[in-house]
Amino acid sequence: MDLNFTDAEEAFRAEARAWLEANVPHGLPSGDTREGFDLHVEWEKKLFDARWSVVSWPEEYGGRGATLWEWLIFEEEYYRAGAPQRVTQNGIFLLAPTIFEFGTDAQKSRFLPAMAAADDLWCQGWSEPDAGSDLAGIKSRAVRDDAAGGWRISGQKTWTTRGAFCNWLFGLFRTDPEAERHKGMTYLMVPLDADGVTVRGVGRLDGDEGFAEVFFDDVFVADDLVLGEVDQGWGVAMATTSSERGLTLRSPGRFCAAADRLVDLWKRRSALAASGDPAAVAAGDPALREDVAQSWIDAEAYRLATLADVTGIVEGRPQGARSSLTKIFWSELDVRLHETALALLGPSAELVDDSPSAVDGGAWMKGYQFSLSGPIYAGTNEIQRNVVAERVLGLPRK
Amino acid sequence: MRFAFTDDQLLFRDAVADLLAKECPPDVVRGAWDDETGRRPELWAALAEMGVVGLTVPEAHGGFGLSELDLLPILTETGRFAFPGPLLETTAVAAPLLAENASADIAQRWLPGIASGEVVATVALAGQPFVPDAQLAHVLIAQRDDRLVAVATDRLRLTPETSVDGARRLSRADWDVADEALIIDGEPGWRAANRAFDRGAVAASAQLLGLAEHLLAVTVEYVAARKQFGVPIGTFQAVKHHLADCELKLSFARPLVARAAYSLAHDLPTIERDTSAAKAMASDAAAFVARQALQCHGAIAYTVEYDVHMWLKRIWALTAAWGDAAWHRRRVAHLLLDD
Ligand SMILES: Cc1cc2nc3c(=O)[nH]c(=O)nc-3n(C[C@H](O)[C@H](O)[C@H](O)COP(=O)(O)OP(=O)(O)OC[C@H]3O[C@@H](n4cnc5c(N)ncnc54)[C@H](O)[C@@H]3O)c2cc1C
Repeated sequence: MDLNFTDAEEAFRAEARAWLEANVPHGLPSGDTREGFDLHVEWEKKLFDARWSVVSWPEEYGGRGATLWEWLIFEEEYYRAGAPQRVTQNGIFLLAPTIFEFGTDAQKSRFLPAMAAADDLWCQGWSEPDAGSDLAGIKSRAVRDDAAGGWRISGQKTWTTRGAFCNWLFGLFRTDPEAERHKGMTYLMVPLDADGVTVRGVGRLDGDEGFAEVFFDDVFVADDLVLGEVDQGWGVAMATTSSERGLTLRSPGRFCAAADRLVDLWKRRSALAASGDPAAVAAGDPALREDVAQSWIDAEAYRLATLADVTGIVEGRPQGARSSLTKIFWSELDVRLHETALALLGPSAELVDDSPSAVDGGAWMKGYQFSLSGPIYAGTNEIQRNVVAERVLGLPRK
Repeated sequence: MRFAFTDDQLLFRDAVADLLAKECPPDVVRGAWDDETGRRPELWAALAEMGVVGLTVPEAHGGFGLSELDLLPILTETGRFAFPGPLLETTAVAAPLLAENASADIAQRWLPGIASGEVVATVALAGQPFVPDAQLAHVLIAQRDDRLVAVATDRLRLTPETSVDGARRLSRADWDVADEALIIDGEPGWRAANRAFDRGAVAASAQLLGLAEHLLAVTVEYVAARKQFGVPIGTFQAVKHHLADCELKLSFARPLVARAAYSLAHDLPTIERDTSAAKAMASDAAAFVARQALQCHGAIAYTVEYDVHMWLKRIWALTAAWGDAAWHRRRVAHLLLDD
């Protein structure tokens, strides 16, 4: 066991830290709003120009060929510097690994660099009104058009994060209606500016506009936009969704940075309480003190578990179904951490946005609301617990 | 960076697990409840023979001179088999304490015997007043304020205490000051006592993980076999989710415990914080697993004829010993929040 990074890795960290400190934008509006999204894209283009946007990718696609360890270091520095979550994450962290695994060479060179450069902006189209947890229940269909050399899709996707701002969508479409539930689906990449696409934004609980419903009315998708084999989309999609639960999307840097902010909040609140401000009285509550400590412990546990997972991956022991444990843990940690922060804020907890007395710009209530989506998206935690029970512990299915 | 045990560490662990599977089946644990001494000396001797008891004793005194990190996987196995006996006190706490702090005389008096298995040691630190196995130990390492002393156990007056775990033979120990040999005192005495306490807490965490892993494994087996309503109860989602949560809690306690052992082995400045994070999470995880294991077994686990209760009770004992979860969380809070 050796918990030290090498000199080369430390040098990589220093380079990343210096660049991020000089360049990270502060106070951007949420990336799930129209104006915020554009500003975030601008930031991510800057990230790309300095070759920090996809550090672990090969250089030919705009990366640095960084190791998994360096990637982890970069993520730590990224969140430590206070940089925002990536609005390009669906493409970079979910679609890209799938293209690396299943894509043709032409697809790789067409899509990967444009994705890294934040020119193509991707959203994911899995969920439909009648297909949530039961993703195999999708009905949107793609019908063969031999003459045109492609597919004509019809149907509806829903809960598409940032769907209203993106120009590409990837997702599953039913290509063989006769096949069994998990078969006869094809993984397609769909340009959202194509004829027949209608996108309708849907407001989110946390006040942002970021959800969208996407309607397809006889939309043409050429053959070279099929990822993997026709009718074999389920397997391809499973690769994408396991990236979503697994390592890359939820690097520990984010939660460690949040735990550090919570510690800082506690210190500020208890200083206020000491100066006699009655609104900060919660900071004296010993149970809350323990909750703050527990949040820090949880974030540390998550960081260490990730180091163990990366060690395993590097040595050829992939996580497999254990990534469901990771997903449950980070999402519940995020909720508890924000609940603790709100308890510390007492009467200020309800203030949001530019309300004059809001602490940290109302970021804690905003963050709390966002955290509540964690146990729902990327496969609900109930579903993940089923996966753990059946595939990690080996309990009987029926 | 490599956050995993070495192949050698895991091979040694496997060898110990094989030995315990043979020599320490549940009826031996049960024997430790019923038997007058509560122990089987030949089991201790077999572990000593393998080098387990003397693992942390310096080579100069006949041991292996290995670290907390080498010991950790083995302690987890002793937990898994609910091994009865003061291995934690002797090997994880007393031996390194003597090796680091004792005069040549005192070290020579006790350490070679620990390495060979002839000497059993136990400890009584501040905040850890109930001494396990004093009735069969040869030496007690005790803390009185800043003083750490060694007392031959034939000089002790023992008052038995009763643990929920019948295999834990506890007592309070008193002795005449004239009978104690000073190991270290003053500021270094405090430091040594704190280090010993942290070692005990991390070792207890490792054993808790093993105890809980065993309980989870037997519960998974049980719910896959036990049928109600015509199907295995393990097909019911309520049962599945209880057990998925057990695995969840264990999976995120494990890395903290390994990290704490690493910090001890490398003498890092974060030892106290890492120890407390580990013990808080390991105690909570094990207590949770104990509760779910009992629940998912139903009434059978409520009998003393069924083995599960011995694991439950060891968990309840070790979650309370060496600082409970709340104590350790308060220590983490103190270290994080009070500058
Ligand atoms: C913030 C956010 C962003 C999202 N972004 C996207 C996106 O970009 N693209 C996309 O395609 N989708 C997205 N989703 C949708 C998400 O994937 C679904 O919400 C999720 O799969 C659950 O589906 P559902 O909402 O239809 O709930 P349902 O499947 O109807 O579930 C409702 C409740 O029933 C429980 N339940 C259902 N089945 C079972 C079962 N077998 N066992 C136990 N409990 C069960 C669920 O756990 C849940 O608690 C997003 C969701 C959120 C909240």
